[in-house]
Amino acid sequence: MKLDDVQRIAHLSRLELSQVEAEAVLPQLQAIFSLVEEMQAVDTTGLEPLAHPILFLRELAQPLRADLVTEVDHRAENMQSAPAQQDGYFLVPRVIE
Amino acid sequence: MSWHNTPIALMAKALAAKEVSSKELTQYFLDRIEAGKRWNAYIDVNAHLSLEQANKADLLISSGKAGKLTGIPVAHKDVFVTRGWKSTAASKILAGYQSPFDATVVANLGIPDENNPNGAGMVCLGKTNMDEFAMGSSNENSAYGPVLNPWNAAHVAGGSSGGSAAAVAAGLAPIATGTDTGGSIRQPSAFCGLTGIKPTYGRVSRYGMIAYASSLDQAGPMGKTAEDCALLLSAMSSHDPRDSTSLADSGEDYGRYLNQAWQGGNTNAAKPLEGLRIGLPKEFFAEGLAADVAKSVNEAAKSLESLGAKLVEVSLPKTKLSIPVYYVLAPAEASSNLSRFDGVRYGHRASEYKDLGDMYQKSRTEGFGAEVRRRILIGTYVLCHGYYDAYYLQAQKIRRIIASDFQAAFKECDVILGPVAPDVAWRLGEKSKDPVQMYLEDIYTLSTNLAGLPAMSVPCGFSANQLPIGMQLIGNYFSEARLLQVAHQYQQASDWHLRQASEVA
Repeated sequence: MKLDDVQRIAHLSRLELSQVEAEAVLPQLQAIFSLVEEMQAVDTTGLEPLAHPILFLRELAQPLRADLVTEVDHRAENMQSAPAQQDGYFLVPRVIE
Repeated sequence: MSWHNTPIALMAKALAAKEVSSKELTQYFLDRIEAGKRWNAYIDVNAHLSLEQANKADLLISSGKAGKLTGIPVAHKDVFVTRGWKSTAASKILAGYQSPFDATVVANLGIPDENNPNGAGMVCLGKTNMDEFAMGSSNENSAYGPVLNPWNAAHVAGGSSGGSAAAVAAGLAPIATGTDTGGSIRQPSAFCGLTGIKPTYGRVSRYGMIAYASSLDQAGPMGKTAEDCALLLSAMSSHDPRDSTSLADSGEDYGRYLNQAWQGGNTNAAKPLEGLRIGLPKEFFAEGLAADVAKSVNEAAKSLESLGAKLVEVSLPKTKLSIPVYYVLAPAEASSNLSRFDGVRYGHRASEYKDLGDMYQKSRTEGFGAEVRRRILIGTYVLCHGYYDAYYLQAQKIRRIIASDFQAAFKECDVILGPVAPDVAWRLGEKSKDPVQMYLEDIYTLSTNLAGLPAMSVPCGFSANQLPIGMQLIGNYFSEARLLQVAHQYQQASDWHLRQASEVA
């Protein structure tokens, strides 16, 4: 991992890193990835990835419920923690000029 | 009456016998919370709301509608959203957040109402401190400052459920909820001398539990005894249609074996654990384990042997690899889960920005702490095109090997025994400069989350510097009641779990 990689993943993560911060975090990430590299020595040919622990035990069907209205209107409660709102809408900076 | 030394099993009897009211108990703990602020165990307390719930609990008791736990106070880790109390996951990005709903765990334990007719009737004492978004092993990553260990204030309480652990250890709550993604119930329980259990993945609903790594996160109780944990877990766990990974077979009485011998019958026999095979994984006792921890865990094994259990050596060959596997998978899931924090619908928004993209970026950068940012970066990297197969998929494949290794071990034994952590609680600041050093401390707890197995921490001794040591019991899928049975039998024959920190009057 290089400094360019740090800036690239910071951008993909929507995080802002100054050059100084990127230089500080780089050796930490490199140390973590030298630990991660230990995985490459394991032969995993033919193994299925395990995404969810219970899939190790049994097949899981996606649970479905009847297509009915189950929620009542919680608009006011749902918006009470919004940083900016107007007329029941979330406010964001203008995106279309 | 010193209620803070009283297990909830006895508190329930006192409430039923009208020896004490829920309001008295709640006020007792609120007073202790006020006097015990220096531990930094709580990040939101609201005496008015707690006492209001206590009044409702007392009404249920006087009208004969009380359940086993009605009126008993409980503290919730701040990762569970709660109506009334702030819900922040100890992050600046959620500062002041008011949830419009209760997490299923909070509802299951709470006062019954029209939306929640089956609530257990417990009283919420407040929200406990934690590592931000449950990312950490020392509770030093909280936006509200570190939690201090009630056994020695210069040491960490463990993490990420450090506030819950310190609250119970300091007598600021009789029992608490926690969550465990890589050891976050078991390690702080061990560091603070408590009993805690992480159940099988899917037993407890994750609805309303602020997500860190969804395929690993699981909630459980942290208390003084195995019996108390069985009581709380039985009320916490349920099938929840609002969590797609909630298991249909979740509701059960986890305390049903407590007073039985391993092979059935009563426990009056000299050897109640006759027939139990306990596996000691050689990799859990290898290089890196502190001598005093090894000594205490080995002595606990001998005690269990004297209760009739048979000790066998087993092997979990990929134990060391669980660290890189976890620190790929958990950050990958975290980077995805935490993308929802964008300063639009809730949470922190930067005060100055150029445009929408800049607003996202500045809000997230200001809102997340250093460890959370680091894990988002790791997770984003391992999910990148070109690295995905080498890191993320390879980690998921080794995850399968780790789960298979446990099944091979469970052919030789019924329960696995080892240490919870390589050492006791370290000094504040000792490991916070070097993330890798902190990650290595999780070596004995990560593999059970990767496999989804239940595991618990049980107090079994003290280090040379008088800090608690915990042993870990790991069971096969759905064997929580059996783990609690073994822990309960051990606690009938030992008193480590009854010891009190000298600073806690």
